[in-house]
Amino acid sequence: MKLIFEKSVPGRSLSLLPACDVPAYTLSAPVRGSAPRLPEMSETDISRHYTQLAGRAHGVNDGFYPLGSCTMKYNPKINEAAAALPGFTGIHPLQPEETAQGSLQVLGDTARLLCEITGMDAMSLQPAAGAHGEFTGLLLIKAYHRDRGDTKRTKIIVPDSAHGTNPASAAMAGFTIVNVPSGPDGCVDLDRLRAAVGEDTAGLMLTNPNTVGLFDRNILEITKIVHEAGGLCYYDGANLNAVMGIVRPGDMGFDVMHLNLHKTFSTPHGGGGPGSGPVGCKAFLRDFLPSPTVKEENGRFSFAYPAKSIGSVRAFYGNFLVVVRALAYILTLGREGIPAAAGNAVLNANYMMKKLSPYYDMAYDRTCMHEFVMTLERTKKEYGVTAMDIAKSLLDHGIHPPTMYFPLIVHEALMIEPTETESRETLDEAVSVFVGIMEEAKRNAEKLHMSPLTTPIGRPDEVAAARSPVLKYAF
Amino acid sequence: MGSYIPNTGSEQREMLREAGYADFRELYADVPESMLIGALDIPSGLSEFEVRSRMEALAAKNVRFTRIFRGAGAYDHFIPAIVGSVTSKEEFVTAYTPYQAEISQGILQNIFEYQTMICELTGLDVANASVYDGASAMAEAAAMCADRKRGVCLISACVDPQSRSTVASYCFGSGMELVEVPEKDGRTDMDALAALLSDKTACVCLKQPNRYGIIEDVDRAAQLAHAAGAKLVESVYAMSLPLLRTPAECGADICVGEGQPFGMPLSFGGPYLGFMACRAELMRRLPGRIVGETHDAAGERAFVLTLQAREQHIRREKAGSNICSNEALCALTAAVYLSAMGPEGLKNAACQCVSKAHYLADRLCAAGLKLQYGAEFFNEFVTVSDVPADRLLARLAEKGILGGLPLGEHEILWCCTEKNSRADIDEVADTVKEAVK
Repeated sequence: MKLIFEKSVPGRSLSLLPACDVPAYTLSAPVRGSAPRLPEMSETDISRHYTQLAGRAHGVNDGFYPLGSCTMKYNPKINEAAAALPGFTGIHPLQPEETAQGSLQVLGDTARLLCEITGMDAMSLQPAAGAHGEFTGLLLIKAYHRDRGDTKRTKIIVPDSAHGTNPASAAMAGFTIVNVPSGPDGCVDLDRLRAAVGEDTAGLMLTNPNTVGLFDRNILEITKIVHEAGGLCYYDGANLNAVMGIVRPGDMGFDVMHLNLHKTFSTPHGGGGPGSGPVGCKAFLRDFLPSPTVKEENGRFSFAYPAKSIGSVRAFYGNFLVVVRALAYILTLGREGIPAAAGNAVLNANYMMKKLSPYYDMAYDRTCMHEFVMTLERTKKEYGVTAMDIAKSLLDHGIHPPTMYFPLIVHEALMIEPTETESRETLDEAVSVFVGIMEEAKRNAEKLHMSPLTTPIGRPDEVAAARSPVLKYAF
Repeated sequence: MGSYIPNTGSEQREMLREAGYADFRELYADVPESMLIGALDIPSGLSEFEVRSRMEALAAKNVRFTRIFRGAGAYDHFIPAIVGSVTSKEEFVTAYTPYQAEISQGILQNIFEYQTMICELTGLDVANASVYDGASAMAEAAAMCADRKRGVCLISACVDPQSRSTVASYCFGSGMELVEVPEKDGRTDMDALAALLSDKTACVCLKQPNRYGIIEDVDRAAQLAHAAGAKLVESVYAMSLPLLRTPAECGADICVGEGQPFGMPLSFGGPYLGFMACRAELMRRLPGRIVGETHDAAGERAFVLTLQAREQHIRREKAGSNICSNEALCALTAAVYLSAMGPEGLKNAACQCVSKAHYLADRLCAAGLKLQYGAEFFNEFVTVSDVPADRLLARLAEKGILGGLPLGEHEILWCCTEKNSRADIDEVADTVKEAVK
């Protein structure tokens, strides 16, 4: 397909602005040498170009999207309608507080609801994504230890099953990373944890349910071990969808955490953002939260500036319109709907795992939470068919592949997260597609190596892309 | 209660049975009994009708100004209708990061086109797929420049406070030393900068135009930085790009900026767009997603996420940045906006911003305010007056006008965009004149 620059025709334009109605002012500062080569298009050209691009993309509404650890649930339309209200979109972030009471209340109410859902005491909505939240939470841990004069706590413990952002965030926050191997059941190995903690432990980062989709039964013991060593416990909320309204990170012993509103709270992923990664903490960390937070007094909302704040992690107050969507979602589900969503996410995953078990090897043979991991190691050995082949073959059936080759501790991994917003028929259909592909793998592996065959392009040459990078159009 | 669960109660029971469970509780057998919460202390769920009313009521509690003379990091520019039409397409809105290139060509191609546009606007060689916002983009840029020998970041006092605070937080994390370069007459003090530079300096961070709207001598800052072996990080006001000398022409090594002016509504501060571009030699230090062009086996043009060896999912703690989700839909917004405006339209909008700001400044001076600084400004400027800023702004608010941002008791930072009509500017000036009397 042509690039937008290849469709550009000199002289084409839209009529968007009236003529300038004040005297023209010519800057005396130096001006740019040549005009940027932006596309010159008619509105028809633009509209068709992007419709064509949309036809070459795959969203949640284009089909089943069981991308593990990403919680690709349906994005409700009322959320979009709320976020499009001019009373939200047209508000300047630096308006006087008394003229932005509605926006402040959105932030205040959402923070309060999220505190109750997570068992935390205070919440900042400033971080723009999950990784941004991790970084923020780790800065809180750093500031806390430093505030107490405990400067020797320089290490963050991360299980080897963790998402890559965990160690990367800890490194950005200036910590040294201690990787702890998981036990054979994918959970934290308590003995190894005990051996890893010490006077230099600043904290532990953990996802629970963990990245293989299992709830760590020893969670209270884990957080106790870290606390007794003087460290803090950080909860990565990536998998909260499995347990929201059932069990709370705050009750598991975690001190600080982030949420992904774009996973758990149904806000859309936008092809890779904007997301929102609120950070919650227990009361003793409240004073370190990013500035500003929101407070309420007698029904009036205002900004507050925590005494020992780590500062800002971005401009203003966060991805506000994403927060609006999440608030609409929480109000919709409410007290009963939130645990029901979690329960059905877990049910859908276990249902699908059960149906697939006769045909695919499961990495762990026990009740999963909202997602489960299959290993294609045997299929690879016996038929030469890899997790990648299975994934690419799914594309020909209109199914977005599961997360591939993650977590790293499982070989030839495919991680499936159906979410609660998929119907039984969708799951059944997906199961029969998976089963069909496995039969094909046994009969005709070559066909799977060739897949996908029906997509706009075949498998791209990624090695060539990285070896001699072409990162912009050559005019 | 509202719900997005398709399966009915009886279907759920059948599925539980088929999966081998008596009830939902059994699914959570791994969760210690003592930890289960009975019920959340939040209100019961609502119907869509009720949620809509609730959200509309919240929105109605805000005062929506339709005549805005305030910028300071968030700008009220015109947004063509085509922008919302494209960016509300569900394929773009609901997709995840384009890991599966075969079914994500639309999203990948858009990012590639966006990267090209950012390179065209900045004059630099490589752009990434976006970061969270302009402030965090500056923090990421500073981190790109640090190495074992050079760990000091010099940041101008004329950089906006949001960015300075964000860079400070990131430096608190990384251990990079942050030193402020003082201002002089509303611009970065170049003599002070020259004195602060050393063989420890990793980078100099500047804003163009700066937080007071004044045009900085970026060329000079770049020369000074380079002479000391440091990099120049330039944060630009997006709408200045079609007019002012490009960051590349000025000698910037990295250009970042807040992309909100390119088609994103004010939205109480977000979602916005951090754009980021750099010289070719820094390509492998650039954080975030980058899309590259390649081909498939049949030779068909294809786009993929590339240079992933830089990123957290491969390098883990050795990655230069932890960024994963970025602001892809906002990057799409910017690309559609820039396509709709075109080179001429964008330049015209920028010229109108400048002309209207200067017209407003003239009228306000005639009304009795004084310009705080003498240097040339772009579309923002600071006035000072004996009359308290709050009083002036309150008078404007009575007329439904959001005046400039008070910087102190008597100082106001004003902003004009192409949306401010001559009649509205005259009304601002007349109102101020009344209040000053």
